[in-house]
Amino acid sequence: MIEEKFVSGHSLIHQLDPKIRILAASVLSVSTALCDHVSITWFYLGIAIFLIVLSQLSPVEVVKRLKPLFFFLLMIWIILPLTFEGEILYQYHLLKITGPGVILCLKITIKSIAILLIFTALIATMTVASLGNGFHRLNVPDKLVFLLLMCYRYIAVIEEEYKRLLRAAKFRGFQPGTNLHSYKTFAYLAGMLFVRASLRAERVHQAMLCRGFNRKFHTLDVYPSNRLNSIFLIGVFTASLSLVIFEIIWI
Amino acid sequence: MTHISSIIRLEDICYAYPGSNTKVLDHLNLEIVKGNRIGMMAPNGSGKTTLLHTIMGLCKPDSGTIKIFGKTLENEKDFLPVRSKIGLLFQDSDDQLFCPTVMEDVAFGPLNLGFSRSEAIDMAKTALHGLDMQMFEQSVTHRLSGGQKKLVALAAVLAMKPEVLLLDEPTAGLDHKVKEKLIHILNNLDISYFVISHEFDFISAVTDRVYSMENGRILTDDEIHIHRHEHVHKHGKHPHIHK
Repeated sequence: MIEEKFVSGHSLIHQLDPKIRILAASVLSVSTALCDHVSITWFYLGIAIFLIVLSQLSPVEVVKRLKPLFFFLLMIWIILPLTFEGEILYQYHLLKITGPGVILCLKITIKSIAILLIFTALIATMTVASLGNGFHRLNVPDKLVFLLLMCYRYIAVIEEEYKRLLRAAKFRGFQPGTNLHSYKTFAYLAGMLFVRASLRAERVHQAMLCRGFNRKFHTLDVYPSNRLNSIFLIGVFTASLSLVIFEIIWI
Repeated sequence: MTHISSIIRLEDICYAYPGSNTKVLDHLNLEIVKGNRIGMMAPNGSGKTTLLHTIMGLCKPDSGTIKIFGKTLENEKDFLPVRSKIGLLFQDSDDQLFCPTVMEDVAFGPLNLGFSRSEAIDMAKTALHGLDMQMFEQSVTHRLSGGQKKLVALAAVLAMKPEVLLLDEPTAGLDHKVKEKLIHILNNLDISYFVISHEFDFISAVTDRVYSMENGRILTDDEIHIHRHEHVHKHGKHPHIHK
């Protein structure tokens, strides 16, 4: 089940048009990803934290969201400094920690945290329905918007079906283990899930046809033009552009 | 014979699933006239759902004619305009409710019919209000309970203002309270409907006539007489076999 924990809020970010938020998140994350200097990446992290503060999300919850990223970063910190070529900072027998390796790790850490925070503040604060609406108004093809919304709608149904199948297997004494029987059972479960999903897709399509579906995406949400939207977007564009220019010219 | 008030008329319909020789529908005839409240009780696999899908143009019959509102329908194009006038309530509400929120789902039909945003919202609100479901307007569809989903699906069908309703096992998996509510709703509707169910109590509470299906054909209430049989016997509560 997809929990939309950060959706309910009345902060400044929550009031922004989804379209504006998608644009801002894309611009900020692309410029963060392309940034090549550690010193500049700190600015992006600063902007990301500022956005989190603006969205009034609970810091504890936000850090909880970052947990999977921390595991990924931990792996990078273990592997990269030891395997990267370059000036040696510290040596213990055969293990060498290199300067460029550490710098690269630091860059990856700051950038990934910054990008995730930007997305948490701007995208996780809207419902998937609003996200679809935003994409639609950014002229993303209707098929893709439908794909996103249908995934959101049916992922819970498919999960429920998976649980039901697994429960039925367990009730008949199935105990997952590392043996051929377990692998086979899981393969059957997965196969059955695909069959059920495709049958359901057919039924949903029939239901859509019955209600006059004509391949057009309709939405009920309206977002009146608001000066706040343009101010926010201009602010984000200016900040990213100035950081890019600053990086090109000065460093 | 002319049928001025005939809504749906199936003549000599034959249908077999691709790759199968057994006919699910075998020279089937059915007529639904304005004001009809018909129930259908038949065993599993007798072709009830296929029948409803044939009426909607979702299954193309191998032979026979489908006349809806007096017009013979042959291809997908012919079916498009009539689909909005016939409301089909699917067996599984999860198939029918595919939008993220209830409001969007109920307004989906009216929007497809070309109504403006505000008109569609008004129609959706009226439909939800009619079923006493207005408090769920902004709810996320997949978080509703089974009964709520069924009522929202019904609201979604009613929002298109159909002239006839086809209900495919509307009470399956629902508790007594929701069933009572459905009975109340159906009895207060002023449109014709055709309802498939396995529940005698429900069928007899909402319909005037009960049909059945056998060997791909419809048995009307002149040919069958479905009734509940209550009796007393000397075995008490002990399990026993009727001979």
